Amino acid sequence: MAETAHAAGRGRVAEGLRVYGLIVMMWVRSTMAYRTSFVLTAFGNFAITALDFVAILLMFSRVDALGGWSLSEVALLYGLSGVSFGLADLAIGSMERLGRRVRDGTLDTLLVRPAPVLAQVAADRFGLRRLGRVVQGLLVLGYALTVVDVDWSVAKVLLMPVMLLSGAGIFCAVFVAAAAFQFVAQDASEVSNAFTYGGTTMLQYPPTVFALDLVRGVTFVVPLAFVNWLPACYVLGRPYPLDLPRWVAFAPPLVAVACCALAGLAWRAGLRSYRSTGS
Amino acid sequence: MGVGSGRLYVAVAAGGFRRYATYRVATAAGVFTNTVFGLVLVYTYLALWDEKPQLGGYDQAQAVTFVWLGQALLAALAIGGGGFEDELMERIRTGDIAVDLYRPADLQLWWLAADVGRALFQLVARGVVPLVFGSLFFPVELPREVSVWAAFLVAVVLGMVVSFALRYLVALSAFWLLDGTGVKQMGWIVGLFCSGMLLPLNVFPGALGEVVRALPWSSLLQAPADVLLGEAGALGTFVFQGVWAVALLAVGRLVQAAATRRVVVQGG
Repeated sequence: MAETAHAAGRGRVAEGLRVYGLIVMMWVRSTMAYRTSFVLTAFGNFAITALDFVAILLMFSRVDALGGWSLSEVALLYGLSGVSFGLADLAIGSMERLGRRVRDGTLDTLLVRPAPVLAQVAADRFGLRRLGRVVQGLLVLGYALTVVDVDWSVAKVLLMPVMLLSGAGIFCAVFVAAAAFQFVAQDASEVSNAFTYGGTTMLQYPPTVFALDLVRGVTFVVPLAFVNWLPACYVLGRPYPLDLPRWVAFAPPLVAVACCALAGLAWRAGLRSYRSTGS
Repeated sequence: MGVGSGRLYVAVAAGGFRRYATYRVATAAGVFTNTVFGLVLVYTYLALWDEKPQLGGYDQAQAVTFVWLGQALLAALAIGGGGFEDELMERIRTGDIAVDLYRPADLQLWWLAADVGRALFQLVARGVVPLVFGSLFFPVELPREVSVWAAFLVAVVLGMVVSFALRYLVALSAFWLLDGTGVKQMGWIVGLFCSGMLLPLNVFPGALGEVVRALPWSSLLQAPADVLLGEAGALGTFVFQGVWAVALLAVGRLVQAAATRRVVVQGG
C-alpha cells in the first residue's frame, strides 16, 4: 500500500513538472513574440539589481571593510545570494500574484483544470526577463571568484554549485510559503517581499554586521543563513556566526529539502482553506 | 482657477486618499515590509559609519534617521514607482484617454490631485510606523522644534509634486510607445539611485555626488531629510524643489499638448 502511495506521489510530482514545463514554454513563446520588449525588460531587470551592487561599490569607495569583510568577500556573498535568489525568482517568482487571483476569483479557473494547482500558479506568467537578475548575480560571482583570496580544496569547489542550488531551493520554499499565506491574507503580497527581497538584501552583507537576534532569526526561524552565510564562512575560513559547528556549512541541501517539504504542507493547508469569492 | 474648480481638485484628492485607505491589509503588509527593509539597511549603515564616522557629514544617529526616513517616504513619494502612472498608461493604451480629454477638468491637475491624495494617505499610513519603530529601537536624531517638522512637511509635499511631475512624463511616453513598461522601469532605476534611497547622496564621491544632488530626484528624499536633520536651510530647499516642480510640470504640459494632437491624428 505504502509503495503504491509512494508511486502515486512520484507520479504527481512528475505530472506537476510536466504541466509546469508546458505552461512555461507557452509563456516563453509569447514573450518571444515581442523580442525588443523582452530585451528591454531583461536589461531593466539586470540594471535594477545591478544598482544594489553599485551602492556597495560606492560604500567601498569610502571604506576598506564592512563588518570586517573586504569588498571581494562581500562580492562573493552578493553573487551567491543574487544567483540563488535569481534562480528561485525566475522559476516561481510569479507566485506572488496568487493574492490577486484569490481576490478576483480567477484562481477558480486553475482549480477546475486537471493539473496540479501549484504547478499552474508557479508557471503563471513565467517571466523570462528575470534572467537579467541571474546574469547580474553570475557576473558579480565571477568577479568575486577571480579576486577573492581562498585556499581552494575539492570540498570548497564542490560546495559552490551545491550552495547555489540549495539556496534557490530555500528561496523557492519561501515563495511557496508566502503564497500559501496569501490564501488567508489575500491582499498581503508585500509581506513576502520582506522575506524574499529583504532576505536576499540581508545576505549580501556579512553576518557580522547584524544584531545577534536577527542572525538567529535567519538561521533557525527562516533559515536563509544556509543560502550563503554559513557555507561562505567555511569557504573563506572565517568564524561562523553564533559559534555553530563546522559541519553546518554542508547542511544547505538538507535544509532546502526540509524547507520545501514544510512549504508544500503549508501550501496544501492554504489550498484546502480556500473559499472562492464566487465572482 | 476659480473657487469651484479648486473644490473639484480637493474632492479628487480626497478620493485618492480614500481609495488607498480601503486597502487595509495591503497597507499593513507594506508597513511590515518597510520596517524589515529598514532593519536590514540600518545595520549596514551602522557598520559603514562605524568604519568611517562623519561619512558624508552625517554622524551615526543622522545616518540611522536617514534610513528610517527613506522607508517612511518610499511609498508616499513613489520612489520605487507605484501610484497613478499604471492607470494613466492603461487609459492611454486603450484609448480611454480620449474621454478624459473631453472632461471639463485639466488632465494634469486632475492626476496631480489624485496622486497627492494617495501620497498623503501613504505618508500617514506607511510613514509613521517605520519611523516610530526606528526611533524606539535605534539611536536617531529627530528635532524637537515644531518649526523644523513643519518645514520638513512642506519639503515632503514639494517632493510629492516633483515626484508626480517626473512620473507624469513617464506615463505620457505611452502615447508614443504604447507599452511603457521599459520607460517605467528606467524611471524607477534612476529614481532609486538619484533620490538617495540606496545611499545618501552626500556619501556619493566627488563630481558624481554633485551631479546627483543637482538633479530633480534629490527633492524626493535627500532634500526633506536634510531639512529634518538640520543639514540644509528650509528656504533654499523649498526654492530648489519649487524650481524643479514648476519646470517639470511645464515640460509635462508641453508634452501633453503634443500628445493630445497625436490622439486627434489617431482618432482614438
